[in-house]
Amino acid sequence: MKDVNILVVGVGGQGTVLAGDILAEVGMLAGFDSKKSDILGLAIRGGSVVSHIRWGDKVNAPMSMRGKVDYLLAFEPLEALRQLEYLNEKSTVVYNEYKIPPVTVSSGLADYPEEALIQKALNEAVEKVYRFNATEKALGIGAVKTVNVILIGALSALLDVDVAVWEEAVKKFVPAKYSDLNLKALHTGRDLMEAMK
Amino acid sequence: MKKILSGNEAFARGAYEAGIQVVTGYPGTPSSEIIATIGKEYGEDIYCEWSTNEKVAMDAAAGSAYSGRRTMVTTKQVGMNVLSDSLLYAVYTGAEAGLVVVTADDPGLFSSQNEQDNRWYSRLAKIPTLEPQDSQEAKDFVVKGIEISEKFDTPVLIRSVMRVSHSKSIVETGERPEVPKEVGKFPRDISKYNCTAMYAKKMHAKVEQRILDIQEWANTSDLNKIEWNQKDIGIITSGVVYTYVKEIFPQASILKLGMINPIPDKLIKDFASKVDTLVVIEELDPILEEQIKSLGLEVHGKDVFSPCYELLPDRMKKSAVEGGLLKDDGKAVEQNELVAALPTRSPVFCPGCPHRSSFYVMNQLKVPVAGDIGCYNLGSMPPFNAQHTMGAMGASIGVLHGMSLAKIPENRVCTIGDSTFFHSGMPPLVNMVHNGSRGVVVIMDNSTTAMTGHQDHPGMEWQVTKERPARKIEIEPLVRAMGVKKVKTVNAFNVKEVKRGFEECLEFDGPSVLITKGECIFVSRKPKPAFTVNPDKCIACHTCFRVGCPAVVLSDEKYEKNGRLKSSIDPTLCNGCSVCSQVCPVGAIEPPEAGKESLAE
Repeated sequence: MKDVNILVVGVGGQGTVLAGDILAEVGMLAGFDSKKSDILGLAIRGGSVVSHIRWGDKVNAPMSMRGKVDYLLAFEPLEALRQLEYLNEKSTVVYNEYKIPPVTVSSGLADYPEEALIQKALNEAVEKVYRFNATEKALGIGAVKTVNVILIGALSALLDVDVAVWEEAVKKFVPAKYSDLNLKALHTGRDLMEAMK
Repeated sequence: MKKILSGNEAFARGAYEAGIQVVTGYPGTPSSEIIATIGKEYGEDIYCEWSTNEKVAMDAAAGSAYSGRRTMVTTKQVGMNVLSDSLLYAVYTGAEAGLVVVTADDPGLFSSQNEQDNRWYSRLAKIPTLEPQDSQEAKDFVVKGIEISEKFDTPVLIRSVMRVSHSKSIVETGERPEVPKEVGKFPRDISKYNCTAMYAKKMHAKVEQRILDIQEWANTSDLNKIEWNQKDIGIITSGVVYTYVKEIFPQASILKLGMINPIPDKLIKDFASKVDTLVVIEELDPILEEQIKSLGLEVHGKDVFSPCYELLPDRMKKSAVEGGLLKDDGKAVEQNELVAALPTRSPVFCPGCPHRSSFYVMNQLKVPVAGDIGCYNLGSMPPFNAQHTMGAMGASIGVLHGMSLAKIPENRVCTIGDSTFFHSGMPPLVNMVHNGSRGVVVIMDNSTTAMTGHQDHPGMEWQVTKERPARKIEIEPLVRAMGVKKVKTVNAFNVKEVKRGFEECLEFDGPSVLITKGECIFVSRKPKPAFTVNPDKCIACHTCFRVGCPAVVLSDEKYEKNGRLKSSIDPTLCNGCSVCSQVCPVGAIEPPEAGKESLAE
């Protein structure tokens, strides 16, 4: 098969690392070689977080090269835009519209880019852009922390892997007492994407 | 069984499969998850602990291995500087059972104060060193490391990097061998374990012969592998860089070194003789390159590839094209200008962080601040700009003392976290007391080792996992016992109290300690409901932004008198700590209504 290169980005604290873990697990369960690389750094909270996931027959480097990412899953609009150079004209972008302005913005040191600019730059760069307010959806089902699994659910509708595999991977990585809530989140995201695509 | 594991989880699994029984270390990115995983997954078979610092961890490991237990130590790259004092004697002595040290380096400086290449320690200590490329090798090399350690009676170093430790890949797991439950009496072998000069002289000669013996063994070991392909370019590489080489030079012949010290001289010469152009590709320093050149071979290395930062595939390709090793395929994607101009997003104090108030106050007091290593170093960033130095663990107290020695014309402060204080803050504080220094040592006690992922330290009631109780050492009586006459403990979430604490300690003519006590939000993990900004009261003065909280943001509403945007609070981020409301001059930031729940959970 052709390699599948995925990039998961967001703000520290949004659960992007766990989302990357789920994607790497799905790759293995679906029978691919699967690798993942995180930038954790000291970004316990509030910094940009980037996880590369790669599926294929045989994956060498655990990160994608610029221009080679097939799917960008972004938890925040500015962080989506920051990854432009990893995308190509055939890439697909899924992003959460909920903005988290960096402290540099409230400190008056920088401006948050206009929503229209973000949309235009992404639409011009890639084939498909899907966006929705995943944070609002997460609050809607009862916990802002499920935003990551909602976004995973949305991406799952675009990838050719059985839904049972996604469910199994989600269950492995979330605490047992939140299992049902997260499965609900998975399907919420998946249904949203089914309706959009 | 197939599992997908991070490099650090795989090192932990390796410890299990190598029959290791004791693991010690001090937390440090990117190494911390090794011991965390052992505590969580293999705690019944392996004793592990967070020792107070890396040197203590290494000494404990030596003692355990002398006693006949297979033992492992983990550290981040700069922790190796602390650990090395004890590693160097352990290399002289050897041990009764296998002893492996894992160092996780940080090319790219994602979470470190420098980019040192710990492969120099391999050469300095004359210690055999293995370098895994992925999680499978991370696991296998621990097992192999114990074998080599016991075969040659030497500690073995395993060098990881962030991209191995924090990447995940698929691992075929094995079983744990039988290991004895009991050990015998301690060996009274003075000439082997006492490095007094007359014995150490003989040990040195033994070490020199041993490294030659290991080199001979390495020439035929399956740790070092040649992959023959086209012979116009032959590449010598190791570790995760090998996986990048596979992406960028799919046609080249490759000698992949699993053992990077000592280098297999005969194998390298043989490989070199069969290729037209020899290239060594290594991240950071030219350690392999210089040794290969000393074999009399012509080789490209740092003339093509930078000694700084990671050599990720994009960068490797660019350098290889510029250095004439690759043809330009015109497909390289350059860095994007729009992206380069975007606002950066550096890490910040979390909403609800107990450090916020102290940095707000230090910014106001305009005192010079010697800083230390921990989350509180984020106080060096805007809007605080209030941590003026930072260099190494425990350094802040010594630097503060130096300011005092230099008689600077202003009073001064240093910051140090609770875990860092136990790590290496106690000797310099004793030094300040004994030598009559003046300055305020602020111990920021958040009841955890926060930055590296919330590990325990001696000031806590558990060790490694919350199920394992431990003896807690209180900081205040400890510093009093060290002879500090002025000690003040304040509630870190009360801005006025923190400010008064600073003022009182600054007045004291001598060394003083201010303990700012407040739990890290990850200790209780129970966010309080969000505060809100009352837009009718907000005068858009932006004082609340001076506490640098990501939950406090600009609203869409303008305050007409000054034309600036009013503040608002993101309820999904706010932890209800109230610090912003305490600094608001007009009382516009209001507490949550009774019964309201947090949205941040």
